[in-house]
Amino acid sequence: MGSFGIKLEEFWKVFYQHGGYKRVITGLQNTVYIAVVGLAIGIIIGTLIAVVKVLPKYRLLPRILNKFCNFYVAMFRGTPIVVQLLVAYYVILPLIGTNLPALNVCVLVFGFNSAAYVSEIMRSGIMSVDIGQMEAGRALGLSYGVTMMKIVVPQAIKNILPTLGNEFIALIKETSVVSFVGAIDLYTAFKDIGNNSYEFMVPYLVMALIYIVLVLLITLLIKVMERSLRKSDRSH
Amino acid sequence: MIEVIDLKKSFGELEVLKGITTTIKAGEKVAIIGPSGSGKSTFLRCLNCMEDPTGGAVIFDGVNIADMKVDINAHRRHMGMVFQQFNLFNNKTVLGNIMLAPVHIALSDLRKKKVKNFFLKIGNLFRKNKKPLYKINTTKAKIKEEARENALRLLKRIGLEDKADAYPSTLSGGQKQRIAIIRALAMNPKVMLFDEPTSALDPEMVGEVLDLIKQLADEGMTMVIVTHEMGFAREVATRVLFMDDGKILEDNTPEELFGNPQNPRTKEFLSKVL
Repeated sequence: MGSFGIKLEEFWKVFYQHGGYKRVITGLQNTVYIAVVGLAIGIIIGTLIAVVKVLPKYRLLPRILNKFCNFYVAMFRGTPIVVQLLVAYYVILPLIGTNLPALNVCVLVFGFNSAAYVSEIMRSGIMSVDIGQMEAGRALGLSYGVTMMKIVVPQAIKNILPTLGNEFIALIKETSVVSFVGAIDLYTAFKDIGNNSYEFMVPYLVMALIYIVLVLLITLLIKVMERSLRKSDRSH
Repeated sequence: MIEVIDLKKSFGELEVLKGITTTIKAGEKVAIIGPSGSGKSTFLRCLNCMEDPTGGAVIFDGVNIADMKVDINAHRRHMGMVFQQFNLFNNKTVLGNIMLAPVHIALSDLRKKKVKNFFLKIGNLFRKNKKPLYKINTTKAKIKEEARENALRLLKRIGLEDKADAYPSTLSGGQKQRIAIIRALAMNPKVMLFDEPTSALDPEMVGEVLDLIKQLADEGMTMVIVTHEMGFAREVATRVLFMDDGKILEDNTPEELFGNPQNPRTKEFLSKVL
């Protein structure tokens, strides 16, 4: 235990007195930022893909769109997210000749990646809503799209909220790979503290604790959201 | 009002409607009866193209709505439909259910007019003879307020104004179906289509729903009802169609059809259900 006390002291010196906490705060902000904005992008694009997938397919356009969406999902589910990050940062960006900050690239890649997963979650959510809801909307003269967005998708989201929460937690944890393209996140911040103090035990322990607290907070948040969405159910 | 000409509908290999021709005039109350699987629900659902017919024509107000090029949504606004399973929107309150479609449609019309006016104004800058703008005599708030008042008036009529802010899951079957009926009425339809409106109800709730439909009939609403309630069909309908095997086998006044059926299949069916 004595040596642990020394390690703790070393960590505290670098973390507090040498200003390592500033980097940790930046890292924490980036981690949450990538996960939140990534999930938002994922939900928007994922919902669009899911709607395309459940469209009736007797016209040509939905069929082409459907093929494209299948390709998209296969591509993003078929490669590791690290590979997607590397390809985006070192292949696609130079090819189109633009220069984006690493953080923004990460947000976009995480968004596109989670869209592939959210689309499947959303599709199962949409299919779980009774077909009669769509028929009732159409019978009142509302278009397919309007009925989808105003009636079916809100009910689908309520059904899939726990699964969507899972996706968010997975995203938070996956952000630990953004250091591959040089963005700062929680992991990079604590790795740097470890490098400066030549001691890794305490930094990584604290890092693990922060991740756990983050995930517990999110779990709580999802529970609160579920409760407020359940007000249209009988059990209230 | 609705003219059906040689209507056909197949689901894959299965031919459900084998050529139906009939005319539904304004003010008529047509009941459709027949054994299950005879195609009566499919026929009703073809009238507002919930099922796209595979052949023939459905002419509503002079337009063949079975034509895929027609904007079916615009025509459905004039045809109310009531389902066996009520199909109230679960994520909306009772008031929200009734107001949704009228508000959405009025708002999108308003938006379209505003966009057109915008382009007309730009065009008028370069025109010698200015084109007139579309008149806009309403606002978003006004549309919502009017829809709300109308919804509350309809709720009051069925005595459920205290349920305005309740969600459908807290209502009884009879209440749900009556709300589904006034939800359709809120669009001021020219014709109401009822698809077995009482089949999913507990017996003690059938009466309240039939009473409401009867009231509508007395007010002169044109309606087409698929039903298993023979007593109700006899009392309310001005004409009864007996369907079997995808065809109309008998088409007569209720007195004649129930009292003196001509077709042997009608006789057989009525002897089973009466």
